[in-house]
Amino acid sequence: MSQSLLSIQGLKTWFSTEGGIVRAVDGVSFDIQRGETFALVGESGSGKSMTALSIMKLVPQPAGRIESGQILLEGEDLCGLPEVAMRGLRGNRMSMIFQEPMTSLNPVISIGEQIRETLEYHLKLDAKMARARAVDLLDLVGIPDPNRRYDEYPHQISGGMKQRVMIAIALSGEPDLLIADEPTTALDVTIQAQILDLLRRLQKDKGMAILLITHDLGVVSEMADHVAVMYAGEIVEMAERQAFFENPRHPYSQKLLSSLPGNKQRGEALEIIRGTVPALNQVFLGCRFSNRCDNAWERCEKEVPQWHSLETGGVRCHLVDAPEMAREAEKLQENISKTGDVGVSGMDHEKSTLLQVSNLKVHFPVQKGLFKRVVGHVKAVDGVSLKIDPGKTVALVGESGCGKTTVGKAILQLIPQTEGAVVLENTDLSTLSREALRQRRSDFQIIFQDPYSSLNPRMLVGDILKEGVKALKVEQAQDDDTWMDELLDQVGLTPDAKDRYPHEFSGGQRQRICIARVLAVQPKVIICDEPTSALDVSVQAQVLNLLKQLQSTYRLAYLFITHDLSVVDYFADEVAVMYLGRIVEYGSVESVLGNPKHPYTQALLSAVPQVDPKKKRMIIRVEGDLPSPINPPKGCYFHPRCPKSMPVCREEYPDLSVLSPSHETSCFLYSGE
Amino acid sequence: MEFPFQWTLLWTDRMIYLLLVLVVGFGFYVSRKEHLLAPWRQIRRRPFAMSALVLLLFYLSIGLMDSVHFRKQLPMTDTSKALQYDPEVLSLLDVLLEGLKNNVEKTYSAPLATHAFNKQMLEGPDGTKQRIYPRLKYGGAHLVNPETDRWPDLLSRVGERAVFGIGIIVLFYIWVMLVLSQKHQIPPKEMTRKMIRGETETAWRAILLTAGLVFIVVGIAGPLSTKYHLFGTDKVGQDVLYLALKGVRTGLVIGTLTTLVMLPFAIFLGISAGYFRGKIDDAIQYLYTTLSSIPGVLLIAAAVLILQVYMDKNADAFASITERADIRLLFLCLILGVTSWIGLCRMLRGETLKLREMEYVQAAKALGVGNQRIMTHYILPNVMHLVLIAVVLDFSGLVLAEAILSYVGVGVDPAMISWGNMINSARLELAREPVVWWSLTAAFIFMFVLVLAANVFSDAVRDAFDPRLRGR
Repeated sequence: MSQSLLSIQGLKTWFSTEGGIVRAVDGVSFDIQRGETFALVGESGSGKSMTALSIMKLVPQPAGRIESGQILLEGEDLCGLPEVAMRGLRGNRMSMIFQEPMTSLNPVISIGEQIRETLEYHLKLDAKMARARAVDLLDLVGIPDPNRRYDEYPHQISGGMKQRVMIAIALSGEPDLLIADEPTTALDVTIQAQILDLLRRLQKDKGMAILLITHDLGVVSEMADHVAVMYAGEIVEMAERQAFFENPRHPYSQKLLSSLPGNKQRGEALEIIRGTVPALNQVFLGCRFSNRCDNAWERCEKEVPQWHSLETGGVRCHLVDAPEMAREAEKLQENISKTGDVGVSGMDHEKSTLLQVSNLKVHFPVQKGLFKRVVGHVKAVDGVSLKIDPGKTVALVGESGCGKTTVGKAILQLIPQTEGAVVLENTDLSTLSREALRQRRSDFQIIFQDPYSSLNPRMLVGDILKEGVKALKVEQAQDDDTWMDELLDQVGLTPDAKDRYPHEFSGGQRQRICIARVLAVQPKVIICDEPTSALDVSVQAQVLNLLKQLQSTYRLAYLFITHDLSVVDYFADEVAVMYLGRIVEYGSVESVLGNPKHPYTQALLSAVPQVDPKKKRMIIRVEGDLPSPINPPKGCYFHPRCPKSMPVCREEYPDLSVLSPSHETSCFLYSGE
Repeated sequence: MEFPFQWTLLWTDRMIYLLLVLVVGFGFYVSRKEHLLAPWRQIRRRPFAMSALVLLLFYLSIGLMDSVHFRKQLPMTDTSKALQYDPEVLSLLDVLLEGLKNNVEKTYSAPLATHAFNKQMLEGPDGTKQRIYPRLKYGGAHLVNPETDRWPDLLSRVGERAVFGIGIIVLFYIWVMLVLSQKHQIPPKEMTRKMIRGETETAWRAILLTAGLVFIVVGIAGPLSTKYHLFGTDKVGQDVLYLALKGVRTGLVIGTLTTLVMLPFAIFLGISAGYFRGKIDDAIQYLYTTLSSIPGVLLIAAAVLILQVYMDKNADAFASITERADIRLLFLCLILGVTSWIGLCRMLRGETLKLREMEYVQAAKALGVGNQRIMTHYILPNVMHLVLIAVVLDFSGLVLAEAILSYVGVGVDPAMISWGNMINSARLELAREPVVWWSLTAAFIFMFVLVLAANVFSDAVRDAFDPRLRGR
């Protein structure tokens, strides 16, 4: 057997903190062969990024240290190497790209210079040759017109471009191993597809190994040869890609796969993993997953499961040598999924529109000069029309910067609208006076994306819940505070939560508090602004289930703003696809997602990585980035990126074509119909 | 019943009491909120910060004792039946340091000296006139043969006191240890070991060592200072140690009252500018950029001179010199406050600009919470850490500012005892040969210890409250 490129044996990375020693990585072993892609999957806090930093020996000092273990790069142990020798290795034999391209580049040095710097250091090239090589690299990572781009600064290029530059820098030393730590998490799906494509192509050309760290199982299924699942500092399962997706062995992997939302689960509750990842500052006596595992039995609590090697990997679970326990557990699981069922079917349909948004426009003036002359407008929202019925969910989908969040805030009248009407039950909200609007506010509410910044850290949870009730003088069923207990119970929290501060709760729990805060004022419409995108998959499932259940109980209407199409597929009734401030396609979920008409929708859908490895899809490549809303392209906004653009697209913006009562789109391809 | 004295409430006294009430109230409020208490717990663990705190408390107690003022009743005279009070306003500290205050020599004398610093023409017992260094009236007056007896006398006094002091300190340590071991349910032996190794939650070792040191220094210096002039005497023969101790209050008043003046400006204007933006923001920014482009010293000098003219014209309005000096001190605090709110205001404006876009503020708006409540309940508590850091950091700067301003001549009233005035009056004597160094040294030592302690403590406060340094 040939030697592995990278072999990790029993790696332990520990942190000394005030709360004791945190075992962020606790005995991780795996091998990466030349030219393969090895994916490390796990929820946040599972130690996957820390494993990568340990390999580069970039563990944050002085709190963190590599406690024990070996990191063998072609047989050479990196743990014993001094920092000087490591510096020669980093960038040369192995290099790393990070999640956030916006902050990974130095803003005051041109991108070309940043590449040249690494080239001069690692390859000892002279300035002229290094420049030529840097231009080559920019070309290689697919940056158009590399000679001109060489002298541009990071703020002049888009996020996707920045990630390409980061990859170019990482490749400059021609490494054998590229560590990609969530390389596409901060990017939009169409850009993500471009970057993943690029990584695949480079890997094939250079024969480089990639250690891909991600939480997105879709990306894993598209990229990886081998998959390792990390949980609480340990690898719990390792397998070849196909085997992993067809037959996950560890209960955690099984749950992870089944908690992904999608079309299949429509109308039923998602599988959830109860609880949260345990704190890592303890010594585990049993299996780390036992408190969240449906299969757990006595032995799991008392005995640490050993690593069982299987043909293409292995698994760390007692079920392997006690398969009879699994069968019992399966039955148990069935019971759970039945009880967890939420009835959304069989709802009566009342044909009265609750919220009607027509031709909503939000323009921000661009001011210049001493006297703040208005020189133009950012047309963040440029004529959006929507309607939501009681008890229904309308999803607003689009890439970042398309104005979907602005739509939400404009509906709530948090941002003044420039034009259009927002009609809630026959009242146009934009015409109301400040005081009249304040009195209506209990009817429409918002849930934000980031549960960490949406709760005032200086207020008790109980006070947070009371805040809106007091301000809006909402009548509660009880005079005392028992309504809060009931509310907390409804969102799955205990009554003692009201005497605690937000920082004592995890992300998922905080999102529940946000939901409770909104429910306290008894709204009719809730605008959910990416309520799950900051959460892990298992927690996302919990929150989605809760939202769904509340919808059926209170006949709430949701405007669900998101970029995640799988959530839309699971959750929404209708969907509106937004591009650069305008809706390009609108209709029922079945018709829009099942039979997309607009080229942008088609591209968006094809770019979403699929978990199902058998379903081979054609990616419709969309070139370039979202244009600036200050200066949108003439004609159809999408035409510069559209694979099917026609001469007429450059001239004027297409009118709405109604394809069926529940499906309409703005595209010249269908204007004849 | 009548007291033999009349309680006099100076303006700065009132402000100090108000501040004390505010601080105690804030402390009480904090002690009931877990998340506010957490950073203070962190400070409690840091030995240097706790040593600094002990020193600050020592200064504070001197300052507070010097802030209780009264006038003594004059003995009844036959000419008028009404009660009359001494025009001189005394403080509790003056009573405590009566020995120091009244041991006035003729003029300069060096620290621990028994003879004056300057030769004087004296008439001997036999009628001959000699130019000699005369014996001091109080310094070492109990010695028969000063040349030979002075050092042995000093050593024996210091030694005796030190042994006595250490004895008391050890007893005190044991008492603290027993109390703590009771409280934490740890056996006394274990508690002793923990305290000696500095393993206790609160940095008791540092606290006790500093407190012990302060106690011994006070214990030695106190009785000794009635027999000798520890820091010498100044031009008019006043004990320099007394002056330095009286300077503590002036320094503290300037350091704390100025922030009391500054905070309402900085907080109200800063948060309003950041929260409302637009025209209000423009107006406030215009105000502070204008103010910050005028040199602060000129503004202060102008204001103090205007006040001086007013006071000279209305001399009757002030019952005593102390009151007069006090008004000037208060006015100095005001004008320093007016010129120093800009930095904090700018910082608060920036932070508010960031906070107003935070999702919890947006959520509050969506819930119909009013502007005023958002500013007081959502923004203010979340910028309080900045305010606290600014206040503690500014304190030492202001103490130094007082010294500099008084030195320049636009600071406190010349009749008021302050470190700045001490330095100012010592300035000319530095050119003398042999040099008169003790006034300056005493002021320097007292100021240095206070400013260093304040800086060390403010460093700890900043570390504890800085969210970037806080471990979750």
